[in-house]
Amino acid sequence: MAKLSRRSFLKAAGSASVLPGVIGAAGIGTAAEAEVSNKTGKAAAATSGPAFFTPNEAAFIEAACARLIPLDELWPGAVEAGVPNYLDKQLGGAWGAGERLYRSGPWQAGTPSQGYQLPFTPAELFRNALRGVEADLKAQGKVFKNLSGDDQDAYLKSLEAGGKDLNGVPSELFFQILLGMTVEGYFSDPAYGGNKDMAAWKMIGFPGAYASYYDLVDQHGVRIARAPMSIADAPPMEHMHQGPDIPAKL
Amino acid sequence: MAQRLKEVDVVVLGVGFVGSIVAKELAAGGLKVVGLERGDPRDTVPDFQGPYVHDELRFAIRKALMQDNTREAVTFRNNAGQTALPVRRWESFLPGTGLGGAGVHWNGQTYRFQAADFILRSHVEERYGKGFADPELSIQDWGVTYADLEPHFDRFEYLLGTSGKAGNLNGKIVEGGDPFEAPRARDYPTPPMKEHYAGAIFRKAANGLGYHPYPQPSSNLSQPYTNPEGLQLNTCVFCGFCERFACEHYAKSSPQTVILPVLLKNPNFELRTGCQVQRINLDSTGKKATGVTYIDAAGREFEQPASLVISALFSFNNVRMLLLSGIGTPFDPATNKGVVGRNYAYQTMSSAQAFFDESVNINPFMASGASGTMINDFAGDSFDHAPHGFIGGSYIGAINTNGRPIEYHPVPPGTPKWGKGWKEAVARHYNHTVSMTIHGSSMPRRANYLDLDPTYKDAWGQPLLRMTFDFPQNDLKMAQFVTNKAVEIGNAMGAKVVAGSPRKGPYTVTQYQTTHNTGGTVMGADPQTSVVNPYLQCWDVPNVFVIGASNFAHNASWNPTGTIGALVYWAIDALKSKYLKAPGALVQA
Repeated sequence: MAKLSRRSFLKAAGSASVLPGVIGAAGIGTAAEAEVSNKTGKAAAATSGPAFFTPNEAAFIEAACARLIPLDELWPGAVEAGVPNYLDKQLGGAWGAGERLYRSGPWQAGTPSQGYQLPFTPAELFRNALRGVEADLKAQGKVFKNLSGDDQDAYLKSLEAGGKDLNGVPSELFFQILLGMTVEGYFSDPAYGGNKDMAAWKMIGFPGAYASYYDLVDQHGVRIARAPMSIADAPPMEHMHQGPDIPAKL
Repeated sequence: MAQRLKEVDVVVLGVGFVGSIVAKELAAGGLKVVGLERGDPRDTVPDFQGPYVHDELRFAIRKALMQDNTREAVTFRNNAGQTALPVRRWESFLPGTGLGGAGVHWNGQTYRFQAADFILRSHVEERYGKGFADPELSIQDWGVTYADLEPHFDRFEYLLGTSGKAGNLNGKIVEGGDPFEAPRARDYPTPPMKEHYAGAIFRKAANGLGYHPYPQPSSNLSQPYTNPEGLQLNTCVFCGFCERFACEHYAKSSPQTVILPVLLKNPNFELRTGCQVQRINLDSTGKKATGVTYIDAAGREFEQPASLVISALFSFNNVRMLLLSGIGTPFDPATNKGVVGRNYAYQTMSSAQAFFDESVNINPFMASGASGTMINDFAGDSFDHAPHGFIGGSYIGAINTNGRPIEYHPVPPGTPKWGKGWKEAVARHYNHTVSMTIHGSSMPRRANYLDLDPTYKDAWGQPLLRMTFDFPQNDLKMAQFVTNKAVEIGNAMGAKVVAGSPRKGPYTVTQYQTTHNTGGTVMGADPQTSVVNPYLQCWDVPNVFVIGASNFAHNASWNPTGTIGALVYWAIDALKSKYLKAPGALVQA
């Protein structure tokens, strides 16, 4: 596995999405998306900007992502990997609208064991929480993206610690969902708009969506050197086997 | 107004493993059988083909193959003093749906319970004395013995082609297998899977400690196999997309690969998908079923009359179907009377992780759903419980089913939850960690049960099932004891850091544990403490059979599917040799 140098990474990362804290809203849905799209020709259609987040929301999301999974000398962080774009697409799509979420009342707060019990869809939850974050910061005279990295971390930790009510969304819940979805976007298939160039997979040595390891599994300790493969990159099924009464190829 | 359809001999509710096996046998015997499946029809081709099937986000995280909980959820509370609330997203357990049921997205880990499990109360009292088990545990004998079931375990394993190594052939202990297993009449149909690196490291350490490591029995196959139905399976390629996914290779035993092609060819069988069964209908005596009422995908209501009804649903839905139909007396924990919903149990899951030097490439992504090396030294009743004050146990194994990174990115204790430190730890440990599964039994107790929720409804307006559950102290004690053993094994492996995570209470629906939900229509010889008799026939309505993990009187240390498969063939045997010849109660209450 070839590790990207900082220099080559910066080159690979393209135009806007380089330095945390200075990325405008237009960064969402552009650089990462276009890169995946060009490379594979199969990723979802590129968009010209965020479809879900407002400019202020996007600024917070990008700056927060840059602290949750930061850029370092070896590997891209969440922003460079296109995670804000992933979040924008997820929240603007079926998942944001409450896909696979049982949504009948009555609504009441449960115990921690009972899990999520708010009426908000993920899109509604982000919208309300982000409005709450903005108001909270405004009251402190702060703009998140303009804070130093340490101050941004301190603010994120205050959300994580809980106790703030963000328009009905407990801040610790918002933080956990934001962190969870950031990790999802970082490691999910690039077809979803994050994990640009499969850099997160390269970082850990995950060979990606598709492989047969039959010949390797008992070569204990072997190091896999090949580049990972995304769903969009995978060739047509080469492992399709003849099933009873069923043609071998689609 | 329901449209009344032409009567058939048998209606089978749910076409998963249980439903497809029962339907195949009864249709082959000449009966007209209708299978009602609420989900979609689907097959290896075209539905399970790649590359889109290897999408972690879609299938493992968003759970695309699971029951649509926007239409049907479950409510949950830890105890009867709380208000149950809906499980609004599946996390702790993942009920399946659709043709083939959970048999499509299971891992293929295929076990037999130990002989002691089927006579649990008698066995515990005999070995440890009457006062030994915590009195809150409502353990009981199952009304069937391992010896009764052995030929049926065998038949199910040969249907699946299970890959493994016998440890006890007709009472003779065989080197390399599980010496704690009950005697089997013959070896597994196919040899064990290749051993991955994590398994090999575990094996060496476990051997060194004097334990008995053996290859996990796998229904993802080690070699091509043609089953007794004439269907062919291929060799598993260790792609690492097994549980929560469907197999595109014909390498995982599922209803689609081992039985449905035969069933669907039989003109005596008719499959209807998109059918949501509302209830089993009873005649005016309440002691005879007349058929079922269902609503199809377009919202049309039908009545399907039948002479025999077989409820072959996931455990929750077998219980709920009886409650919605008024079959059997619902269990009431306040009075300890009633049976339907009683002895709900789960699985007590713990884990341990061993973190290695960067020179050790574990390659966790080279995995099948059931490739692992494990020990039963602390499972079931393999060991003397007298000094420990609990019953039951856990198997421990390096059971590495995948390296899919959204879910699997292990980090040692003390790692920050995010930021630079987290990222570095993920990169450092991903390929250099052995994860151990500690898969524990779950004992029933009076306070844990299933009933109908008084408030929340499904999309058809029917009450959701309500689960009241928390871990018994017995099981938490057991989890701590076996986790300590796993940590010792991790240290013996030569890991730099070993972190044990014994299961702790309270039970939460927010963390994935297993989908081994059992009980609620328990089998037994006493109608005061069981819903079905030893042949899985309803005590109260003899032309209704209920088959599945809901029959388990407790949940043992192992994954349930092998035992479900044995119960299916056991019940089919009774249906064919007894019931169909003289329909009526097979056991007098």
